[in-house]
Amino acid sequence: MGDFVNIFIKSAFIENMILAYFLGMCSFLAVSKSLQTAFGLGLAVIFVLGITMPINWLINEFLLVNFEVEFLRFIVFIAVIASMVQLVEMVVEKFSPGLYAALGIFLPLITVNCAILGGSLFMVTREYTLGESVAFGLGGGFGWFLAIIAIAAIRERIRYSAVPPALRGLGMAFLLTGLMGLAFLSLSGIDPAVFGGYTPSK
Amino acid sequence: MATTTETKIVEKEPWFSKKERVLMTDPLLDNNPITIQVLGVCSALAVTSLVYPSVVMSIAVVFVCAFANLFTSLLRNMIPKAVRLIVQLVIIATLVTLVNEALKAINYPIYKQLSVYIGLIITNCIVMGRLEAFAMANKPWRSFLDGIGNGAGYGLILIVVGFFRELFGKGTLLAGSPVPMFIIGSGDDYWIDTTTPGQWGNTFFGWYANNNLMVMSVAAMFIIAVLIWWQRSRNPKLVDIS
Repeated sequence: MGDFVNIFIKSAFIENMILAYFLGMCSFLAVSKSLQTAFGLGLAVIFVLGITMPINWLINEFLLVNFEVEFLRFIVFIAVIASMVQLVEMVVEKFSPGLYAALGIFLPLITVNCAILGGSLFMVTREYTLGESVAFGLGGGFGWFLAIIAIAAIRERIRYSAVPPALRGLGMAFLLTGLMGLAFLSLSGIDPAVFGGYTPSK
Repeated sequence: MATTTETKIVEKEPWFSKKERVLMTDPLLDNNPITIQVLGVCSALAVTSLVYPSVVMSIAVVFVCAFANLFTSLLRNMIPKAVRLIVQLVIIATLVTLVNEALKAINYPIYKQLSVYIGLIITNCIVMGRLEAFAMANKPWRSFLDGIGNGAGYGLILIVVGFFRELFGKGTLLAGSPVPMFIIGSGDDYWIDTTTPGQWGNTFFGWYANNNLMVMSVAAMFIIAVLIWWQRSRNPKLVDIS
């Protein structure tokens, strides 16, 4: 159990999908203009990451590795993600119209969110077990959620500040993301052993 | 009445007419995929801590972008609207698999270094964005050029970011490639040797130390922000209104 908690915390704070790996950056920059929509997208990402991770793990373990067709991994993973997003969309629409209305636009967008495919690929390269990959999916999604909420809140406030015209909008979003990345670096103090393994870009 | 015989000149458009060249040069600066269209920021900034992986990544993206555009454009009249996203994803995923296997065979160390980021070209929004915005509505040759242009515009940013991060973070350039350059640092190998006493590098640059911020992934964000700043103050038309 401690292992799972460890992986959850590590993937949510220390190896944050956005701030350490730049995954899901496009929707992160595009949808972080208002707090409410950011909240919806963040929830959807947690949801989809938590679901696709174990499914891709099972497919990878029992089909791809078993029959030695690992080179099909990209196509299979992206197909699973696309169909899962579709499925989730239909289920949510059927059983919870309220949530569907809140997430509506963002669910289909998630297919091309790099964080989802990236999570599955990391799961393979790091050789997680089934339980660990669920923890990694939920943790990664939660970290993504936290990051987009934080930046959306900051961007809502900064709209009323005197930013140089050339930096307004996109430029400021990049700077803020960088500063937030630095702030998240301090969270790596949570576990000194993990800190040695940080700097993913190496 | 004198009649002039009209010779009908069939003007065949040359392969590299001005219009076609614009397709390739425009995305390099004024319509750059990263700084203006905000596409494809996702998958590759983490590879920019060194120049060499950035170059390899750029080549991969140019290849995928160009050929995905070409094939989608060839098939554009046959793809039903309802399943076009899936068809595009299959085309992209096939090309990326090709690149992945080729890179694994040709240069294994760099393949290890890029790890999941090659696979993430699939969800790189530039590729899909250009397919949707351009290849679905244009002829194959033009789409092919557009793909090269956008891939190159993306690569340009990657290489510029990689250049600053590697030079100021490690003091080298193109480390790990066949032609590594050691610019500034401590040791005999470097052009500017900052530690050995008596060397001119030590006399003038003894105070120099590598900037560790540049090694961290957040440095990429700051460098891109500065690029955006520079680009938009040079051309005020690009400024965000929101």
